Amino acid sequence: MALNHQHLEKIEKHAGLLGVLIAVMVSLGGLAEITPLFVKAHTVEPAPGIKPYGALRLAGKDIYVREGCYQCHSQMIRTLRFETQRYGAYSVANESVYDRPFQWGSKRTGPDLARIGGKYSDDWQRQHLLRPRSLMPDSNMPNYPWLELAKLDIADIQARMRTLRFLGDPYTDADIAAAPAQLQGKYEIDALIAYLQGLGVDNVPATTSDLPAVPGDKPGAPAPQPNDFESKRNLR
Amino acid sequence: MPKTETYNDHVVRLFLLAAAVWGIVGMFIGVLAAAQLAWPALNFDVSWLTFSRIRANHTFGVIFAFGGSALMGTCYYVVQRTGHTRLAFGKLAMFTFWGWQLALFLAMATMPFGITQSKEYAEPEWFIDLLVAVVWVAFGTVFFATLARRRIRHIYVANWYYSAFIIAVGLLHIVNNLAVPVSLLKSYPIYSGVVDAMVQWWYGHNAVAFFLTAGFLGMMYYFVPRQAQQPLWSYRFSIVNFWALISVYMWAGSHHLLYSALPDWVQSVGMAFSLILLMPSFGSAANGLLTFNGSWHKLRTDPAVKFMVLALVFYGASTFEGSMMAIKSVNSLTHYTDWTVAHVHSGAIGWVAMITIGSLYAMAPRALGRPAMHSIGAMDLHFRLHLSGLLLYIFAMWAAGATEGLMWRATSADGSLKYSFIASLIAIKPYYIVRLLGGVLVLSGMVVMAWNLWHTAADARANLIKPIPVPIPEPEPHQVPSPLPALG
Repeated sequence: MALNHQHLEKIEKHAGLLGVLIAVMVSLGGLAEITPLFVKAHTVEPAPGIKPYGALRLAGKDIYVREGCYQCHSQMIRTLRFETQRYGAYSVANESVYDRPFQWGSKRTGPDLARIGGKYSDDWQRQHLLRPRSLMPDSNMPNYPWLELAKLDIADIQARMRTLRFLGDPYTDADIAAAPAQLQGKYEIDALIAYLQGLGVDNVPATTSDLPAVPGDKPGAPAPQPNDFESKRNLR
Repeated sequence: MPKTETYNDHVVRLFLLAAAVWGIVGMFIGVLAAAQLAWPALNFDVSWLTFSRIRANHTFGVIFAFGGSALMGTCYYVVQRTGHTRLAFGKLAMFTFWGWQLALFLAMATMPFGITQSKEYAEPEWFIDLLVAVVWVAFGTVFFATLARRRIRHIYVANWYYSAFIIAVGLLHIVNNLAVPVSLLKSYPIYSGVVDAMVQWWYGHNAVAFFLTAGFLGMMYYFVPRQAQQPLWSYRFSIVNFWALISVYMWAGSHHLLYSALPDWVQSVGMAFSLILLMPSFGSAANGLLTFNGSWHKLRTDPAVKFMVLALVFYGASTFEGSMMAIKSVNSLTHYTDWTVAHVHSGAIGWVAMITIGSLYAMAPRALGRPAMHSIGAMDLHFRLHLSGLLLYIFAMWAAGATEGLMWRATSADGSLKYSFIASLIAIKPYYIVRLLGGVLVLSGMVVMAWNLWHTAADARANLIKPIPVPIPEPEPHQVPSPLPALG
C-alpha cells in the first residue's frame, strides 16, 4: 500500500500528470459506448425505398426544431406494451437515420409523435397548431398563430440540402434543383403539417408499420426484428 | 516576482455579480415557463415568449449563466487561496469573464427566436459554440497556469475537481457540437439518428456529471471545510471518490435512452454503471457531511452552513434517486414524465443552487472586504424561502410524475388502455400550480440574496477595498513530503 500512496502523492503534486490522467479517465466511457455505434452507423441504413426528407418536409422539420416541439413531444415509442398500444409499433433505429439532429425528445407534456402521420387530417392539424384548445379544451399546448403568417424561405433550402448531402444524405442534383419550386407560395404551417403527416409513414417501410402492406408484398415473408442490428443487416 | 503579491479578487467579484443577476434572470424565466404549463394563455401568442422557445432560456440561464458564473468565480478564488498565489494572466482572466458573458448574452438573445440546435443543454448555434470553446480554453489556461505557479506543492482536492470540470466540459462541448453550418444562424450536426442520440446524452448526462457535479464538488471541498472550520473528514476517501466518480460517470449517459432504439447492450451498460455511480456519489456526500463533525452547532447560527448541509443531503438524495431511475423497470415508469423534472430540480435547486448559495455567502464577505454578510437575518429568510420552495416543487413534480407514469400504463380488465393522454394532463394540472408556487418562493429567495449582496458590496462599489496580500511561505530547504502512514 505504501507504494500506492507514493504514486498518488506524485499525481497530486504534478498538475500536468493530474490533467493527463483526468483526460484519460473521462474518455474511456465515451469511447467504449460511442465508437461502436459510430462504426455501426454505417450499417444502420434506412429501410429499402426510404428517401431523405423532401424539400417541403425538410423545411417542416427545421420549423419543428425551431419551435422546440421536442421539448414536449417525443418521437421514440419504447419497447413496452403500453407504449405500442397507445402509439403503434415501437421505434427502430433506421427510422431516424435522416434526422439531424435526432428528435427523440426526453419529456412528454404532450403525446408521442413518432407515428402521428395520417392519424388526423391536414385541416385538423392546421387548426390544432394555430389554436390547439379550440379542439382540445384541456390541452396546455400554446397557440402557434405565426406559422400561417410567414411564407417559407426559398433562398435557403438549396443550401440546406447541399449541407445535408455533404454530410451523407443521398440528395440528387435533381432533388436540389426542384426544391425551391416545391416551397413556392407555401406557408410555414404547410411545411410543418407535411412533416407531421409523414412521421411514421415516410420513414417506415410498409411491412414494419401498421399500415396495409403495399400491393405485391408477399404476406408470408418473415417479419423483421426491428430492434436487432444484426438481423437488419441480413435483411438487406 | 515582487516581494508582496495580492490576490486578484476583482474578477471574482465580477463573476459573483454575474451569478446573482443571471440567477434571477434564469429563475424568472423558469417561473414564467412553469406558469405557462398551468395556464397556456400566458404564452400571449408571441413567438419569443412561447414555452417551447423559452424553456431552453431557463435551463441555459440557470446552468451555464448562473451556475457557470458561480463556478468560474469560485474556481478563481479557490485556486489562488489553495495555492498561495495570485491568478496567472490577469488580462486573460478578464477576457474569460467578458467572453463568457457575451456568449451567455448571445445564447439567451438568440434562442427565443428559434435559433437553436435543439440539442438539450447545447441549444446555442455554432457561432456561439465557437465562442464558448475559445473562452473555455482561456479559462483552462488561466486555471492551469495558476496551478503551475502555486506555492503549495500539494494540489488541494478542490482543484482536482475543478480540473476535471474544465477538461471534461471542454471535451463534451466540442464533441457534441460538431456541426456543419448552412448559414450564420443554422447548422446540421454531423451525427444523425441513433448516433446523435447517444452523443447527445453522453453530453447531456456528463454535463450533469462534470458541470453540475464535479464543478460544484470543487466548490464544496473548499468552502465546506472553510465554513465548518474543520479539516476535511477524510483525505484518502476523497481520492477514491474522485477517481471513481470521474471515470464511472462517463459510462452512464445511455440510461437516458432505456427501451429506445439504442442497441440493448449500451442500455444495459449505462444502467450498470449508473448503479455503481451511487458509491462515489454517496462517498462525496458523506465526506462533506462528516466534515461538519465538531461543528454541527454552526447549523444554529450560520445560514451558509445550513445551505451547505442541506445541499449535501440533497446531493445524496438526488444521486440515489438518479441511480434508481436508471434501473430499466423503474425507468419505464418515470421516463418522459414530470418525475424526471422532479429529479432534475432536486439536484438543481437542492444540490447545485444550495451549495452555490452557501459558498457565495461564505466567499462574498471575504471577496468584498467585509467581516460578514450585510444581514444574517436576510440569509436566514433566503434559506427558509429556498427550502420551502424546493420542497413544494419536488413533491408536486413527484406526484405529477407518478400520476402520469401510472395512468399511461394502466389497462382495463380487457387489456385496453384505461386513460387517454389528455386525462393524465388534466390529472396533474393542480400539481403544476403547486410547482409554480415553489418556483416563486425560490426566485424570491434569490432576490433577497441579491439585495443582501448589494449592501455587502458597498465598499466594493465605492472602490474602498484593499487587495488581500498572498501569504508567501518561507522557503524550505528540502520540501520532501513525509510519506503517508502505511495501512496496518
